[in-house]
Amino acid sequence: MGFLEIPNVRIKGLSATVPALSKDNLTDPLVTEGEKILKNTGIQFRHIAPEHITASDMCEDAAKRLLTDLNWNPQEIDCLVFVRQTPDYILPASSTILQDRLGLSQECYAIDIAMGCSGYIFGLSNIAALMQNGNFKKGLLLVGDTISKTCSPTDKSTYPLFGDAGTATALEFDPSASAMKFSFGTDGSGKDAIIIEDGGSRNPFNEESLQVVDIDEGISRSKSHLYLDGMDVFSFGISKGPQSVKSLLEYFDIDPSAIDNFAFHQANLFMNEKIRKKLKIDPEKVPYSLPKFGNTSCATIPLTLISERKGELERSKQKNIGCGFGVGLSWGSAFFETESIVVSEIGYLN
Amino acid sequence: MNQEEFIELFAEQFDETEIDEFSIDTAFRELEEWDSMVALMVIAMIDEEYNVKVSGDDIRNSTTIADLIAVVESKK
Repeated sequence: MGFLEIPNVRIKGLSATVPALSKDNLTDPLVTEGEKILKNTGIQFRHIAPEHITASDMCEDAAKRLLTDLNWNPQEIDCLVFVRQTPDYILPASSTILQDRLGLSQECYAIDIAMGCSGYIFGLSNIAALMQNGNFKKGLLLVGDTISKTCSPTDKSTYPLFGDAGTATALEFDPSASAMKFSFGTDGSGKDAIIIEDGGSRNPFNEESLQVVDIDEGISRSKSHLYLDGMDVFSFGISKGPQSVKSLLEYFDIDPSAIDNFAFHQANLFMNEKIRKKLKIDPEKVPYSLPKFGNTSCATIPLTLISERKGELERSKQKNIGCGFGVGLSWGSAFFETESIVVSEIGYLN
Repeated sequence: MNQEEFIELFAEQFDETEIDEFSIDTAFRELEEWDSMVALMVIAMIDEEYNVKVSGDDIRNSTTIADLIAVVESKK
């Protein structure tokens, strides 16, 4: 397990935007056994991006509203990090496009990071590391995906689980900020557990990529769709999720009883509750946005804090732990304190 | 490893299938109640009770409960 401690950087605000269009697993004709899915996964509603909305569009909207609410001038932003698995184009990087669309300075540092379930933790550590010595004073961490677009609508093992969202986290250099603390892990031998096989350089998009194949009852998909081995991912999650949080707490000697919010990647309720119980955390400290938004890939951790803890984050000092685990396989946990930050209303994009 | 105990813990993951329907030779994936959710509950049970991480392939390559016990023993 790798550890990192980053001083001098403070989170100043959070915001999220989702597509206005939402689907209800209980009434969606494409979802069979909706009640069973709701009971086991905890997922009822998912916000689904129509063709014309991308992850960068939602992050742009979230960032613009957050900058307004913080009263920050876009020209003051020194660095932008965009975490995503669903970029606008194969090239150029979407972060460069966002620099222009957000009206950021041409002096701005902009970079994409291609990470999923663990992406918020990796993104936060990257931007905080860039900002810690004070050359960059203000930064934007944008984290989001339109992961629903990668799912086959005729695959019951993925389609009912995923929703779309884009988030923005505003950060500022501040020598009085308490240090952020991180633990990380990576296991590429599990790359096949969650994968889109075709469309990259290993298996370029070809005439067979769109061929939908019946795999099992209720499971048909092509090689350009998202594949998820539910059993492998579950087995991985219930072991690495708790290990990741435990190692963070132990290495940095953090008292778990002093933590206000444990924001876990929202995979599914059955897996997340196993993780919570293994760590012996009170249910009141573990917010869930799963019922409203489903699994929104890299966006789940900030989206859960925004949707379930807005008042607490705005009014008071909060000690937070975020933990992401999944595609890669990759996992990480972060400890970060917040003090009366700005939390914008959730935006709905048409 | 106590086989009787494993079979009992295995059977507890099912709601409708009676415990006396389970034996060491039960082809568990052919049971009517077997589905992906029961599979996850079995994985969680093995993790909790035996501290062993079984994969999707371990489950898919096992036919009987005896096969699964062999997997758990080999990974202990």
